[in-house]
Amino acid sequence: MFGNLQILYAAPMLNLQLIIDGVLIGAIFALAAYGLALVWGVMNVKNLAQGDFVILGGYIAWYAQKTWGIHPIVMMPAVMVILFIFGWLLYITIIRLVINRDLFTSLLATFGLGLVIQQALNLAFGPEVQVATSGLETRTFFAGLQIAEIKVISLVLCSVLALIIILFMKRSRMGQAIRATSQDARAARIMGIDTDKVYAFTFSLNSAICGAAGVLIAMTWNIQPFYGITYSIRSFVIVTAAGLGNLPGVIIAALGLGAAEQYGGFILGLELQVAFLLIMLLGVLGYRQIQMAKLRQVVQ
Amino acid sequence: MTKLYKGVDSFETNERKQLPFYIALLAFGIIAPILFPNYILQIAILWVMVLFAQTWDIMGGQMGYNSLGNVTFFGIGMYVSAIVQVGMVYDVGQYTSAAGGAVGTAASLAVGQGKFTADQYYEGIIYGILAAGVVATLFAPLLGWLLFRLRLAYFAIGSLAVALTAPELIGSWQWVGGGGGIAMPVHPGSADARSEFFYMLCFASAIVTFIFIKWLYSTRFKLAINAIRDDEDKAEALGIYTLRHKNIAWAISAFFLGISGAIFGNMTGFIEPLEVAFPTITFGIFMVAMPLLGGKGTFWGPVLGAIVFHIAKELTWTYLLGWQWVALGMLIIITVVFFQQGIMGWAQEKWPSKFGVVIDETAMDARTKEEAS
Amino acid sequence: MTTSVLEISGVSKAFGGVIANNDISLNVPEGKITGLIGPNGSGKTTLFNSIVGYHPIDDGSIKFQGNEISTMLVQDIARLGLIRTFQQTRIFSKMNCVDNLLISIPHRESTWRDMFTPYDQETLDKAETLLEFVGLYQKRFLIAGELSFGQQRLLEFATALMNNPKVLLLDEPTAGINPTLINGLIDRLHRANTDFGITLFVIEHNMRVIMNLAENIYCLAHGELLAHGTPDEIQNDQRVIDAYLGAH
Repeated sequence: MFGNLQILYAAPMLNLQLIIDGVLIGAIFALAAYGLALVWGVMNVKNLAQGDFVILGGYIAWYAQKTWGIHPIVMMPAVMVILFIFGWLLYITIIRLVINRDLFTSLLATFGLGLVIQQALNLAFGPEVQVATSGLETRTFFAGLQIAEIKVISLVLCSVLALIIILFMKRSRMGQAIRATSQDARAARIMGIDTDKVYAFTFSLNSAICGAAGVLIAMTWNIQPFYGITYSIRSFVIVTAAGLGNLPGVIIAALGLGAAEQYGGFILGLELQVAFLLIMLLGVLGYRQIQMAKLRQVVQ
Repeated sequence: MTKLYKGVDSFETNERKQLPFYIALLAFGIIAPILFPNYILQIAILWVMVLFAQTWDIMGGQMGYNSLGNVTFFGIGMYVSAIVQVGMVYDVGQYTSAAGGAVGTAASLAVGQGKFTADQYYEGIIYGILAAGVVATLFAPLLGWLLFRLRLAYFAIGSLAVALTAPELIGSWQWVGGGGGIAMPVHPGSADARSEFFYMLCFASAIVTFIFIKWLYSTRFKLAINAIRDDEDKAEALGIYTLRHKNIAWAISAFFLGISGAIFGNMTGFIEPLEVAFPTITFGIFMVAMPLLGGKGTFWGPVLGAIVFHIAKELTWTYLLGWQWVALGMLIIITVVFFQQGIMGWAQEKWPSKFGVVIDETAMDARTKEEAS
Repeated sequence: MTTSVLEISGVSKAFGGVIANNDISLNVPEGKITGLIGPNGSGKTTLFNSIVGYHPIDDGSIKFQGNEISTMLVQDIARLGLIRTFQQTRIFSKMNCVDNLLISIPHRESTWRDMFTPYDQETLDKAETLLEFVGLYQKRFLIAGELSFGQQRLLEFATALMNNPKVLLLDEPTAGINPTLINGLIDRLHRANTDFGITLFVIEHNMRVIMNLAENIYCLAHGELLAHGTPDEIQNDQRVIDAYLGAH
């Protein structure tokens, strides 16, 4: 570990590499985290299957490429539509029934859902790690700095998607309905908003966002049926650190987490990268506790 | 002369009404392995499940702290026991470093992997199980310090994070074998003797847990943790020592889970961090699903839930092989969504008077007159 | 001259930009019933919350029986004998009434061994007496969460009494209670004060209730102490009338 720290100190370019890689992948984390914050804020559902939706999206893109040779980026809109419908179906069957129950219920229901998705993917595609090829290369810049083209494209796509979503939430009817419902569901209902539809739409939108993130992950990193939980954890870390309804905070936290993970992976070694992530989660929760303790409150 | 008050007369506090069930459980535990020797290990696992369900329910059902990370204590107990058992005879670091894998290879035999005399074996396992319980108990207040200021979902997620971190950290600790694991001492007896031995350990640990928890729920402790569940702020506003109760509740769960881990590790024969010691998405979730299925917050609910769940699991494994995890995941979803109150909860709703929920028509004056006469 | 069991001096509390309590000073005399009135949003519940330690205060001091309590935690303050009831009525919803009372016994002298003994007959008798006192004896085996709102209020009152408080802070005890039952409640509040010797500090909106109950009333408005006096003085104080009718 200390050897790695020394290398970092000696090679500033390595630091830049880690930060850039971190930021590029952090952008994708931001997407998934935003979706989680949306569902959490509007419906008070803490979706533990978030990461599994991401992986599911990745697998659909990978499968399409493997079977029909469709390029993942081209497939992305289709993946989003498929996952949107999937989310809607899930809402009607399961999620609708856990919304107004106690919080543990929704947590456990989504956990069970994640379990089913993981196992189904494992049965369908096997436990091997898969990658979707983007056909793009990695460019080398000054002093050995390497940036993969696909990662930059993914950043652009993330930004475009984020922009579309923000505009949608601000300008469209449904977007306004969602914001109204998240502030006060009962008042929204009295005003004539069909909150059931709002919830369905929100959940499906989150699903679609995760799908998009999954396609990008499949190209820039890799996917495997049981990787879902790490993405769920990342989303929780980001949302807990940034707080709900704080979009700029989510973006910064996500980029920061991406960079932190790259550093952690480098200093501690790849086999401890997941442990590092989990410790970050515990750290963020701990930080919140200390904050609340000053106000003599608890974190809930 | 004061009579100690144990609670209103309901099914769960009326010992006479429950007696047939105690006898049934005990009888089943003693007779079943004799009648069905081929299933002895499956029945042993049933007892492990009962212990899992009951210990989870102390935290989750009775106290309202739904932990997704109880399995941490299970794994800690497993590893502590392994370290004690191996360490009493050999050097732990050397033992685990011989390729932690195939027992019986020249390299592994050279450091004595798996080779223990009968005396060493039994002595080791006794100390191992005890040490497992004690050390796991010590971890409870440590985790409590980390997590008890979190409520509801945050507590669940935090505990899940702990349970997921533990195997990652242990997996990189070479002294205990890292990701390769530890080969446990081999039982010095025939396969049948071994099965019977572990069956007895599992059954005994379940019975001890059962009796202890039964006693615990007859004391003030039970109402205190119920108060924490129903309204922790109000409990604090009444002056209840909430942190003390939370730590003790988790310590009790940890103790029995640690012991269970030690037994299970020995039963499996080979322990490794992710799949065996800290199986968060399997055992960890079963621990939650079983009390929910049977009725959380009741005494018999977790026991009942464990039995039903175990049977369902065995059936799906036999008849739905390949799809068993998907089926199990669906069972969890269906229970959580449609049947949240569980079997006992449903019973309490249907027959409230059997559980003591009645309106007492006699007035207080009539009662005091009766006592005075 | 009766001593003040609760001395509040210069207490201020703000939430973000909203000043809920601004430099409030008042004294609650021992053994008597003191009222706290004021229009909605005047900071009454915030003051209660500050007194019981629910949140830290920005400025000032709160003394209970001469000891500073503003830096203490909720449980520690409760164990000193300062108990409160909540505006939204909080009871232990999944237990029955008897259990609600049993768990409310004072914990200040509870040892580790006490945690693991069952309840004794004496405690049960006291619980049943209190349930009779609030009229819930026959319903004592029902699950608290299934009682009507008014009944839950009474149950909460009983749990507070069970805790042997020295001072009881009651937040709108008659709110939501059927008017025909209010007289009974006023009577019980008087008896809690005279028979059990408990000092009461009561937030109330119902003027009839508080004027009949309290010997000494404080009025808050806009987060500040507006007036103080006997019920007669307060009823005739123009500033109080204006505050309630909204003329400023």
